[in-house]
Amino acid sequence: MGTEKADATMTTQTRRRSGDEGPEPLVNRHITGLDALELASTSRRNPLARVWSALWPVAAAVLIALAIWQAVVLSGWKESWVLPGPADVLPKLGGLLTSGAFWGAVGLTMWRALLGFAVSVLAGVVLGAVVSRSSVLRRAFGSLITGLQTMPSIAWFPLAILLFQLSESAIMFVVVLGATPSIANGLIAGVDYLPPILLRAGKVMGLRGVSLYRHLIMPASLPAFVAGLKQGWAFAWRSLMAGELLVQIGTTSSVGRLLSDSRELNDTAAMISVMIVILVIGIVIDQLFGLADRTLRTRRGLSTRN
Amino acid sequence: MTQTSAARAATGSLTQDHHHRTGHPVRLDGVSKAFGSGSAALLALDNVSLDVAPGEFVCLLGASGCGKSTLLNLVADLDRPSAGTIDVGGARVALMFQEPALFPWLTVAGNIELALRMRGLTRQERRERAAELLASVHLSGFGKRRPHQLSGGMRQRVALARALALTVDDADPASGTVLLMDEPFGALDAMTRDLLHDEIERIWRQRNLTVLFVTHNVREAVRLGDRVVLLSSRPGRVVEEFPVTFERPRRIDSADVARLSATITDRLRAEVSRHGH
Repeated sequence: MGTEKADATMTTQTRRRSGDEGPEPLVNRHITGLDALELASTSRRNPLARVWSALWPVAAAVLIALAIWQAVVLSGWKESWVLPGPADVLPKLGGLLTSGAFWGAVGLTMWRALLGFAVSVLAGVVLGAVVSRSSVLRRAFGSLITGLQTMPSIAWFPLAILLFQLSESAIMFVVVLGATPSIANGLIAGVDYLPPILLRAGKVMGLRGVSLYRHLIMPASLPAFVAGLKQGWAFAWRSLMAGELLVQIGTTSSVGRLLSDSRELNDTAAMISVMIVILVIGIVIDQLFGLADRTLRTRRGLSTRN
Repeated sequence: MTQTSAARAATGSLTQDHHHRTGHPVRLDGVSKAFGSGSAALLALDNVSLDVAPGEFVCLLGASGCGKSTLLNLVADLDRPSAGTIDVGGARVALMFQEPALFPWLTVAGNIELALRMRGLTRQERRERAAELLASVHLSGFGKRRPHQLSGGMRQRVALARALALTVDDADPASGTVLLMDEPFGALDAMTRDLLHDEIERIWRQRNLTVLFVTHNVREAVRLGDRVVLLSSRPGRVVEEFPVTFERPRRIDSADVARLSATITDRLRAEVSRHGH
């Protein structure tokens, strides 16, 4: 390798580094020393403390909401049969949660939600994949998809009922129309914001065609896609509740049907109980998407907390 | 002084002490690249000819707009020249950027294994090869980390290992390949950069690489190159070449490096000032 004679004149600091043979070269120790300094130490918090720090703000918010509700009731603004307080509603909610009919209604509603969401994911992925492939299609359909996303789903029901009468299909139609644009938009955003430098790196590696999608475009767009799924779920759930209030099929019992029945019976306590159930289901599922989203972001170093 | 262009002919690249190396040459012959067409066309490279000997370390130096990155894209076959020919002797070419450009959803080892996978290695071979490459950039034990958990200098070393994964030829490890580097240490602090200069020099020797290294740091070019090629801006042309004959390893703060850097800097300034009106 040429320059051994130079060794004699070199100081120890710049001595030739001939790779792996011989005693560990000084540069190796410099490098590992610098690496150790640059890596921030990450301390893991005790899991109990983490659960507590996540839970107490939620618990506090619930207590504040109950207090405001109770205060409004105590002010005597409305009669207690029109606006019952937590003391009347919470036992009613307890009774509801222990009845079999209630869980049957929740079962049907969740089945509709999952089915509608699954169809929306399928439609959204196909639509998003097709539109993201070409800039012409994006210009043509991009704003239309965003427009559909902003359209209140309840505005679709008159048409849905004309097309499908009072049937499961009418509900499904509106749920899918509500959720699909968000999911498609999430996928399109993910592909659009693919960092060009990663695309160059991928091309240097020889990623083309199918492998480019599999190893680069799909994983790179996953966080935006999950954000789209989360938003799509919110739209699906809203559309479904509107649908179950407007489209009542025979004697089937759903969460929306329970809400509408309790209004007809002037049973406000039952009505508020069902509303709480709708809120809680929405929150729980949103949290699941939030968890998936945070896990992805933390893993990729996108989260601000890491 | 041997650093003048008159002396260049006498000490051309083939007379350097690396001429006995095997490996791949890089030949650019009359390469031009224009973007756009008609009167709006922008000429990025104008009739660039460059002969890089097998195993030679050539630094391309120039101000903004000299088409350095365009040139590397052409050699890496990411883009086609408008005119002229580029010959890398059938070598596999790897390209490294100023940013590490690692895939954040993969682990450090996963990034290197993906490059190996694209070359058709089996799972077992990929695992062994990735461990070996990580060891060669002093990152054994970091394979399971995510890129964002490493420092900037460490990430750039992972990017180097990934680039090496693309170049190393299994059938004939001594054959050497071509590594293109586009200001790879531009975003790093001075201390990390110095250490990485030692690293890249060691790896270049060990692996018998032909290196085309783009920078706008004159001292870095003199520290590393067998030859420094100065490019003009808008369009990019080869203005002058400076052979660097000092013994390796060089220190970036040595008097020899400082002296030659001053000469090249003057020439670079003269070139830049042509654009002042």
